[in-house]
Amino acid sequence: MTNAPAIRVQGLVKRFGKTEVLTGIDLEAARGEVTCLLGPSGSGKSTLLRCIAFLEEATDGFIEIDGAPLGFALGPDGDRMRLPPNDIRGVRSKIGMVFQQFNLWPHMTALGNVMEALVTARGMSKAEAEERARARLAEVGLAERATHYPSELSGGQQQRVAIARALALEPKIMLFDEPTSSLDPELTGEVLNVMRKLAEGGMTMVVVTHEIGFAASVGHKIVFLDQGKILVEGTPGEVFGKPRHPRIDQFLDTYLDRGAAGLL
Amino acid sequence: MSWDLFLLLLQASVTTIVVSVVSIVLGFLLATVVCAGTMSSNTLARGAGRLFVSFFRGTPLLVQLLLIYHLLPQIGLDVPSEVAAVAGMALCTAAYQAEILRGGFGAVPKGLMEAADMCGLGAFATFRRIRLPIAVRLTLPSLVSEIIMILKASSLVSVVGVIELTRMTQDLAASTFLPLPLYASAGVIYLAINAVIAGVGTVLERRVARGHA
Repeated sequence: MTNAPAIRVQGLVKRFGKTEVLTGIDLEAARGEVTCLLGPSGSGKSTLLRCIAFLEEATDGFIEIDGAPLGFALGPDGDRMRLPPNDIRGVRSKIGMVFQQFNLWPHMTALGNVMEALVTARGMSKAEAEERARARLAEVGLAERATHYPSELSGGQQQRVAIARALALEPKIMLFDEPTSSLDPELTGEVLNVMRKLAEGGMTMVVVTHEIGFAASVGHKIVFLDQGKILVEGTPGEVFGKPRHPRIDQFLDTYLDRGAAGLL
Repeated sequence: MSWDLFLLLLQASVTTIVVSVVSIVLGFLLATVVCAGTMSSNTLARGAGRLFVSFFRGTPLLVQLLLIYHLLPQIGLDVPSEVAAVAGMALCTAAYQAEILRGGFGAVPKGLMEAADMCGLGAFATFRRIRLPIAVRLTLPSLVSEIIMILKASSLVSVVGVIELTRMTQDLAASTFLPLPLYASAGVIYLAINAVIAGVGTVLERRVARGHA
């Protein structure tokens, strides 16, 4: 168990009706590793992340978190069997997730958002939860905004609250689903800085992103998906350096037009 | 018209308010259950919820009140007419409030529930702490309208023998031969009560607007 990777994905298949969105994904992430999932829209990267979060149930294949099976395991008769809800809850509690749309609860303040699960799900006392929540908010630079409602915060601030909310539950793994895609470039920076700090602190992260610069500078591993398959996988140098996979070239071309050439 | 008559009207309006408020609160609690039924994936629960809504929305409150009033003693429940009145009104408003809430629940962004799920909140806590409060906020204007509707509909409970504002006005009008000032006064009292409800609604809306972009 101690030698198990933080995340292991084996033969993951996801179908929505007849469309196969993921066609057999194998992926491993070591502890403290930052994996960036890139690819065109519809390539399945968000679906893969949502399967790892167990927000979507994969049609086939297995996921292990810290060596423990998530959702499904191989039964004694060799069949893929669903694990009991308690097991699923236990494994999922190691996973934190940050969404593109922030998904802060609008009727609670920033502090309320971060405290909620500590009190309701983890049974912490209010005082203890508040102390921890304030500490997490301070870490993302929002100590002063604790009593503000989401509608009173900028998009970047909301996303940082969402990160603090996930971190307060002390996850082993943080998943980010296009965390900056709803932000304008100025606000993107403040969120990426928080994520960079988190990565430096040794957090295991899987990030679906279009921020090539962030992926290249913070990512330990780049995974490029196309049409539900992993097309290329490697360090940023291997994936972005030359010689380059023609599909990646094509993908990067769209970014070069937008002034990202210097980053590569 | 004497001051004494007006005082009698005010006394009766206390009954109007109490019967309405109790009905609305009980109706709301019942509505959350009915709404959960109509939105359930369980066919039986969904069917029961829909049947409830279609019956209590599809028949006049007057008929429901008389039905309940005559039905309760038949099944051995000898209750005061106030209870029958509250039961009828609560059931009726529950059907309407359930439909209002269903619209509200449908409008709660799915991502907010997913965030609750990822925070380990569990189905019940997610409902109680996230879905319900947001749905109520989204439906506040409709719920306030429903409360005002019920307060006015409470004039119907006189048919089962509850002396509320309208019934008292009728009785006094018959005995004093002063229908015009009495009915005008009753109208003003209804208006005043509803103005308070609408005012509270506006304040609440403004307050929750802060927590809602």
